[in-house]
Amino acid sequence: MAVETHFLPAQARVRTSAMILGAVAVAALLAAPFVVYPVFMMSVLCFALFACAFNLLIGYVGLLSFGHATFFGGAAYFTAHAVKVWGWEPLAGILLGVAGAAVLGLVVGFLAIRRQGIYFAMITLALGQMFAFICLQVPFTHGEDGIQGVPRGHLLGIVDLNDPFAMYYVTLAIFLFGYFTIYRIVHSPFGNILQAIRENERRAISLGYRVDRYKLGAFVMSAALAGLAGGTKAIVFQFATLTDVQWQMSGEVILMTLLGGIGTLIGPAVGAGLVIALQNYLAAYDFPVTVLIGIIFVICVLVFRRGIAGEVLELMKRKSG
Amino acid sequence: MNTIFGISPPALYGQILIGLINGSFYALLSLGLAVIFGLLRVINFAHGAQYMLGAFAAYLLLTYTGIGYWPALILAPLLIGAVAVVIERTMLSRLYRLDPLYGLLLTFGLALIFEGMFRYWFGAAGKPYTPPSQLAGGVNLGFMFMPIYRGWVVIASLVICLGTWLLIEKTRLGAYLRAATENATLVQAFGVNVPRLLTLTYGLGAALAALAGVLAAPIYQVSPLMGSNLIIIVFAVVVVGGMGSILGAIVTGYVLGVLEGLTKVFYPEASSIVIFVIMAIVLLVRPAGLFGREE
Amino acid sequence: MTDAPLLEVRGLNAWYGESHVLHGVDLDIREGETITLLGRNGAGKTTTLRAIMGILRRREGVIRLRGQDLLKLPLHRVAQAGLGYVPEERGIFASLNVSENLMLPPKVAENGMSVEEIYRLFPNLHERRSSQGTKLSGGEQQMLAIARVLRTGARILLLDEPTEGLAPVIVQRIGDVLVALKERGMTILLVEQNFRFARKVADRFYLMEDGRMVNSFPGREFDAHMDQLHEVLGV
Repeated sequence: MAVETHFLPAQARVRTSAMILGAVAVAALLAAPFVVYPVFMMSVLCFALFACAFNLLIGYVGLLSFGHATFFGGAAYFTAHAVKVWGWEPLAGILLGVAGAAVLGLVVGFLAIRRQGIYFAMITLALGQMFAFICLQVPFTHGEDGIQGVPRGHLLGIVDLNDPFAMYYVTLAIFLFGYFTIYRIVHSPFGNILQAIRENERRAISLGYRVDRYKLGAFVMSAALAGLAGGTKAIVFQFATLTDVQWQMSGEVILMTLLGGIGTLIGPAVGAGLVIALQNYLAAYDFPVTVLIGIIFVICVLVFRRGIAGEVLELMKRKSG
Repeated sequence: MNTIFGISPPALYGQILIGLINGSFYALLSLGLAVIFGLLRVINFAHGAQYMLGAFAAYLLLTYTGIGYWPALILAPLLIGAVAVVIERTMLSRLYRLDPLYGLLLTFGLALIFEGMFRYWFGAAGKPYTPPSQLAGGVNLGFMFMPIYRGWVVIASLVICLGTWLLIEKTRLGAYLRAATENATLVQAFGVNVPRLLTLTYGLGAALAALAGVLAAPIYQVSPLMGSNLIIIVFAVVVVGGMGSILGAIVTGYVLGVLEGLTKVFYPEASSIVIFVIMAIVLLVRPAGLFGREE
Repeated sequence: MTDAPLLEVRGLNAWYGESHVLHGVDLDIREGETITLLGRNGAGKTTTLRAIMGILRRREGVIRLRGQDLLKLPLHRVAQAGLGYVPEERGIFASLNVSENLMLPPKVAENGMSVEEIYRLFPNLHERRSSQGTKLSGGEQQMLAIARVLRTGARILLLDEPTEGLAPVIVQRIGDVLVALKERGMTILLVEQNFRFARKVADRFYLMEDGRMVNSFPGREFDAHMDQLHEVLGV
């Protein structure tokens, strides 16, 4: 997607301020559960990871996936089932979710990558809907009810995740792990090739790169990380439902990323935080959330395409000349 | 009684008719999408919402002003088309110079707004809309019983599709459209007001969707959710057909509708996903779509 | 033929995105004249045509047609004012046949040529009128591209490298067409690298380099400027 993105250049001044900001952010996150309701923060962390995983695909490869809920929700189902029905330990359950999401990513990606741009988006949307239909009918998902009452369990048999603080710090650890994984992917040779592909695919092909393989690889990674978010979410909230796999969920994660800043590392997380906060705030009122999401979409697309983090980065760039 | 593959003929033909009806709507909607996409290079996610708005326009006209089905067939598309023209002028046209995915996201946002507001105002349940008395009742064809309204829908949709095809292939306006699809700048350099052509095209596409909505109202009931589930299936239809030709969109719509109906007879659990499965197969075998051109 | 210029361009600057591609270009064309822009690849000749026409939108400066300011007009209004553009790539529509390609442009002025007149001027197009537009040879496509614009009644033709890639005998024919159009009073702004061809049809020349006008001279002074031409054009 020839979208305005802001891949961080290695300018020393930007680096330092970024690291300071990062340290402050981590400190804030560590202190958060003492100030803010832990469940809210965990919700933000799960969706932030989901959005960051989605952003890997749109911001750095240029592919808009309109069916990412498949990986998020699919993993939630796998994890929920493993932990509740098979009695697995939570981390193992989450890893199963990740693996399942990766497999789904392989299948969907393989089909979708055969087309570009708009078609890619439509295909992922259609395949996502197909997966949602399957989820509705397959017995283990319990259809409309979903999988309820997923036990939090004991992490590695030791840490009791029913303690909200323990659950929070585990979630935070998972988020940070996912975030830094994405950081490493983006700043690796693999990531550089992805960027080259996004900027000029023909050139990359003429240079001899198996472009489709790179795209598929990125797709599977993005799906797996979305699965990490989904599996974690199943443990945190202790359920997995159809809402997690529907196109509205795919649309929400797109909004979080757009609002926060496509192609920035931290943007999606910021966007996720904002959207979740808004939804929580509005739950008290009668106002339909869908409409608000639609309005924010329209505004972002028309006048705010860089997103929050994108605008901030642009400001910082202008200041440093 | 004879059976065909173990199914009684009335049941089989009944399902084929339902398939033809669904196919009519798939064809009408993918036609509108193809027309808009061909010229504007935008996937109009709001198409489903415009279909829903058409149905609601008919419903509201009847409920609050007593204006019935036949005038609604003209008024609803005009109304929704006018709204679409405003959308194109104020919002969509700003995105043409950007990646087409932004157009998709804008129309997605608009779809959310329309559906959210209507859901808020009217609730999610479907409202009934009685077909006009001239089309009520049914006719016994011997091998099956056919409700007249349903027969009307199939015929009307065929006529509309044919009319649109004629407009595009045989008229001067259609020639401008086809040429502008290839090279909009050059057509404008000949003195044709292409920006206005774009606006008209979007309005026409939306009006087509709204017209489909009016046709659908007596069959599917009028609900704020009727558009969004349908539009995703239509996307799959469009991927199967390829965006290359109007004719391709029409044919694919009808064929997939009938296939879906047949699947319902022989393998009901798969009927809701058969179109997606076909899409997956087409992607493996002929990624550009059955009628598509490689871009 | 009056002395006041039909088309006046003063201080035209243009940008492709951030890139400043035209630097203060000045140009005059009198009615009935044929002007040629010479220069090598990348000198800004095509850009000048596109900037005058209004295809390239980021511009500053003055573009006046019979005193009417064209700069603020959208592309279709510029065309309606009487400018006709034939791009380098010709732009024949693949989904239309020759006849449809020809019939496509609307008549924007009264003196738009009728189809009969055009077929008289381009008899080979009449023969091929049902063929798919892109099935024509390069020369025939060029003829069609020119013929098409004549339908609109444009009084000023902007032609971008009409002879590029064409065999000498076709080039000759295009030269004949241009001369015939000149006789009908058409004003022509021609972009060419083939200056031998341009010599035969043009009244005046402008020489461009790096987005700037570096010289201009009438046809009779052509030989006097040969050295500069060789240097600037690199031939």
